[in-house]
Amino acid sequence: MRDTVDAPVIQAQDLCLTFTTNDGPVHALKDVTLSIGKGDFVSFIGPSGCGKTTLLRVIADLEQPTAGTITVNGMTPDAARKARAYGYVFQAAGLYPWRTIEGNVTLPLEIMGYSREERQRRAARVLELVELKGFERKFPWQLSGGMQQRASIARALAFDADILLMDEPFGALDEIVRDRLNEEVLKLWARTEKTICFVTHSIPEAVYLSTKIVVMSPRPGRITDIIDSPLPRERPLDIRDSPEFIDIAHRVREGLRAGHIDA
Amino acid sequence: MKSVLPVLTVTLTLIALWYAAVVPMNAQWERDQATRGGYTLTNAELISRTMTQSRPRLPAPHQVVGELWASTWVEERHGRRGWWNTGSLSNRSLVYHGWVTLSATFLGFVIGTGLGVALAVGIVYNRAMDASVMPWAIASQTIPIIALAPMIIVVLNSVGISGLLPKAVIAAYLSFFPVVVGMVKGLRAPDAMQLDQMKTWNASGVQGFLKLRLPSSMPYFFASMKIGIAAALVGTIVGELPVQQGGLGVRLLSGSYFGQTLQIWAALFAAAILAATLVGVVGLIQRVTLRRMGLAP
Repeated sequence: MRDTVDAPVIQAQDLCLTFTTNDGPVHALKDVTLSIGKGDFVSFIGPSGCGKTTLLRVIADLEQPTAGTITVNGMTPDAARKARAYGYVFQAAGLYPWRTIEGNVTLPLEIMGYSREERQRRAARVLELVELKGFERKFPWQLSGGMQQRASIARALAFDADILLMDEPFGALDEIVRDRLNEEVLKLWARTEKTICFVTHSIPEAVYLSTKIVVMSPRPGRITDIIDSPLPRERPLDIRDSPEFIDIAHRVREGLRAGHIDA
Repeated sequence: MKSVLPVLTVTLTLIALWYAAVVPMNAQWERDQATRGGYTLTNAELISRTMTQSRPRLPAPHQVVGELWASTWVEERHGRRGWWNTGSLSNRSLVYHGWVTLSATFLGFVIGTGLGVALAVGIVYNRAMDASVMPWAIASQTIPIIALAPMIIVVLNSVGISGLLPKAVIAAYLSFFPVVVGMVKGLRAPDAMQLDQMKTWNASGVQGFLKLRLPSSMPYFFASMKIGIAAALVGTIVGELPVQQGGLGVRLLSGSYFGQTLQIWAALFAAAILAATLVGVVGLIQRVTLRRMGLAP
């Protein structure tokens, strides 16, 4: 495992987020304390309503915490967002149907004011990274769901943020495509050395991908277990049949169950 | 070409029904004439006479087509005041009146569309406008335009505006509404995720508008413009009634003053053809634009 001696990339201390609704307050996050180091691959896993997506959105400055502190790259999430510290991959690919694949990937670059040559250079690089070379001129509807999601990952990578936030990016895809994309995400992570935060509700996906697994439970949304994975960074698909893998998966399942009992 | 047969069938059925209605509508006049003149008509004579009256209650389709032809090509080519002989359009021809209507329609449509888009942008971006504009826009459309048109003409005249603009204002009055409704819907078409995405890129409001909201609204925009341009034509025709300076509306009105049913029907068809053409042109621009945007196959 790589060391995480450097200052943490994401640091949350007693983070709370309460939504006020007509039925009273909803504690989406309660006393979340978490430290994510540079180059970590962190999965957030838990049943729906456990606040995993909310936590990711707080990191991305899409939600405001009601108590506690959080820093991203040593800054407030707001400053980090404005410094374009992260790329965010949503559940749906959300490609613009009126733009080609290349046009979609260069969209954030246009917004950030990169020159045309630079945009094309970067688009070519990230599209190669997600193995979509040759599809630059296609429109999204001409691509399969898995390819669209790869394009959306390329778009999040295009402006070279150190952090990649992924919110159930493969949730809508079938298992075969999902396995392939999981493998590719690992390769991508190894090549780019980014810090990745990955929301999922699949135990095998979380265990297969992560160096750190954050198990969460609902009502109130909180962390019940943080597991540092002993698996090597290099992970072939069949590592999922190894005893270590099964051990971690078991611990994750226990954590999820425990959270469920006291809820 | 699969669509040709059903369209043709419906058209032929309508024409047949029309011819069938012509006989009973116009027969009474022929019978009265026969009684007055002291002669009798066979059924065949009666039927053929109902289709050749000069001022029938209901003109036959071929009479309307004949009148359309006579008041366009024949008038301009051979007429004393026609374009062929004088170099300017004859004020007795539907080409001239169609042009008068078209120019006011077009100007009104441009004003209405611009106003509609501006209001929609205001509604989407300004909370106060969001809460206040739409009820007024809806209320504006509940007032019969036929009642409002003379007042608009009079008010504008009293401040020295006459001619094309008052009619265009009435056309704009009808055509801005579908554009507002469609564009508000269109500019709000991006979902929460797409808006969040823009935020993660720290995009400015202008960038969010130009790169996300505006392109998202294009299908809605074109659908609204199709309704808007047809509404503008109706508005122009209504506006022409009190102005009385040419146009298809004037032809309709003078036709009804003098019982010239052929003239009324010809003007009606000219207006219908004009509307269909305008909607068709907008549809064509829509197809080309959306295809170039990759939004239509």
